[in-house]
Amino acid sequence: MSMRTEISAPAGREPTADGPPGGTPAAPPRPRKRSDRVAYLFLGPWFVGLLLLTAGPLLGSLYLSFTKFNLLQPPAWNGFGNYVKMFTDDPRYLQSLKVTFIYVALTVPLQLGFALAVAVMLNRPLRGMAWYRSIYYIPSLLGGSVAIAVIWGQLFDDDGVLNAFLAFFGVGGRSWISNPDTALYTLVLLNIWQFGSPMVIFLAGLKQIPQELYDAASVDGANPWRRFWSVTVPLLTPIIFFNVVLQIIQAFQAFTPAYVVSGGSGGPSDSTLFYTLYLYQQGFTNLNMGYASAMAWVLLLIIATFTLINFGLARRWVYYEDR
Amino acid sequence: MTTLQHLPADRRRGRRWLTHLALIAGTLVMVYPLLWMVGGSFKSEQDIFSQLNPFPSSLDPRNYIAGWTATDPTFTRFYINSLLIAVLAVAGNVIACTLTAYAFARLEFRGKKVFFGIMLGSIMLPAHALLIPQYVLFFHLGWVNTYLPLVVPKFLATDAFFIFLMVQFIRTIPRTLDEAAMIDGCGKVRIFSRIILPLTGPVLITTMIFTFIWTYNDFFAQLIYLSYPSSETVPVALRRFVDATGDSSYGQLLAMSVLSLMPTFIVFLLAQRRIVEGIATTGLKG
Repeated sequence: MSMRTEISAPAGREPTADGPPGGTPAAPPRPRKRSDRVAYLFLGPWFVGLLLLTAGPLLGSLYLSFTKFNLLQPPAWNGFGNYVKMFTDDPRYLQSLKVTFIYVALTVPLQLGFALAVAVMLNRPLRGMAWYRSIYYIPSLLGGSVAIAVIWGQLFDDDGVLNAFLAFFGVGGRSWISNPDTALYTLVLLNIWQFGSPMVIFLAGLKQIPQELYDAASVDGANPWRRFWSVTVPLLTPIIFFNVVLQIIQAFQAFTPAYVVSGGSGGPSDSTLFYTLYLYQQGFTNLNMGYASAMAWVLLLIIATFTLINFGLARRWVYYEDR
Repeated sequence: MTTLQHLPADRRRGRRWLTHLALIAGTLVMVYPLLWMVGGSFKSEQDIFSQLNPFPSSLDPRNYIAGWTATDPTFTRFYINSLLIAVLAVAGNVIACTLTAYAFARLEFRGKKVFFGIMLGSIMLPAHALLIPQYVLFFHLGWVNTYLPLVVPKFLATDAFFIFLMVQFIRTIPRTLDEAAMIDGCGKVRIFSRIILPLTGPVLITTMIFTFIWTYNDFFAQLIYLSYPSSETVPVALRRFVDATGDSSYGQLLAMSVLSLMPTFIVFLLAQRRIVEGIATTGLKG
């Protein structure tokens, strides 16, 4: 490559005899034009992606959210029509909001609770830790796949394993996945089952906590429970915070399990109509792409709000050692 | 809470057993659905649901053979599609994200702070907010039902998470190495290719592993962009298999489900340490 010329550039701008007189420090060199150019060359693909696939589409979906648009005809301006319809004239939309909020409110705390509890157990010096860690992690790795959603549907089906298990104890089974009262909770369980990746993050955080702190607490007479609440939890708050932010963002965007288990319908009786599933139906089944764009923007605002609230609250409970 | 050493030996042993017992019980819950799936794939139709015992009485491969060829085209085609997309996505992410990360980590240019902020912000952006205009764009380019919408964005460094990861990593490489190379007459491009790139090995491998697994499993994008049977990937085909087979052939469905997890599982076995470390240190979701 002919980038060798690069090297001579700074040399050419060495301070010369006719530099600023009077010994005043020379002004910092102006940003080097050619250096800019090399950097922009490296950034080229990213710039194109940013313009065409991120910034452009973001503005595009904002515009489309104020239109009626079915992909084949040009978008027709509709003002706030889509937004008004969502909240006043679309019970399925409100249902999808409700389903999604229940899902987030249940899975995030339960999943993180399990993740932390198991991580604490796995942080003890026991034999076979690597094995346990791998086994507990595997559902996280595979859990988002279509195959696992298929299996899950079978486990909680009328003649599924759960009912066979209950029958073994003489308990009469019921249809879990085809019952609107319970279908959503089987998907909550599926997500909790995948606590492996936050667990691994917790485990890494736990290893950073110095043993001396536990020893000191023991000397002061703290029992294990007390040590957990007074040493482990405070020192782990940055990691807990990180996991909470991440899991909330991800839980709001859940799609695959609901789609697979309900055959794309969100049923029974819209009980698993996740937000993104309804967005998909509106955008790609009904070709209401303006409406789907408005839904996407509301989702963006919901996620942004939750993230900002999280960061705002963090000051009250997240503890950083170096402060 | 590694305070077991403070306890008398017998109580220590007792606690250890309790922990093991709890962990083993948990293990059974974690793996039962997977065992049931693998076992069921070798069973006959009536045994799948009538038996709680996940282990089959024999390793009968009939479900695998029948399931593989039950669709038109067969699963051979779907695997070729899936693996091709995943490999191209890996190449795209490695090339585009390293170039971008090097610029952010090492080069000076106007607007760097602003662009870096935009890049970080784009990590949190839900994909759905970009979905429809992207679809419209690809639709008008005639790319729907091709692999281009799934692959080309990777070559344009749209997975900002990996850029961030690499920037963090490159910042830990001593700058004195760059400076020494510069004195030896290397330009920015050579410093990148001879110094930085070879030293970013660990983070490149993490990127490759996760790009592969995520792309392979990315049902949503594949569902939207690929609707001709011949262009379908493994997850999309598996999902359609559920409809096509109905209640009649669960055994085949289970067999294809098992096989669909194999690429991910093989990557996990080969790179177990790296995956777990990658999650622990970066917070990637598996």
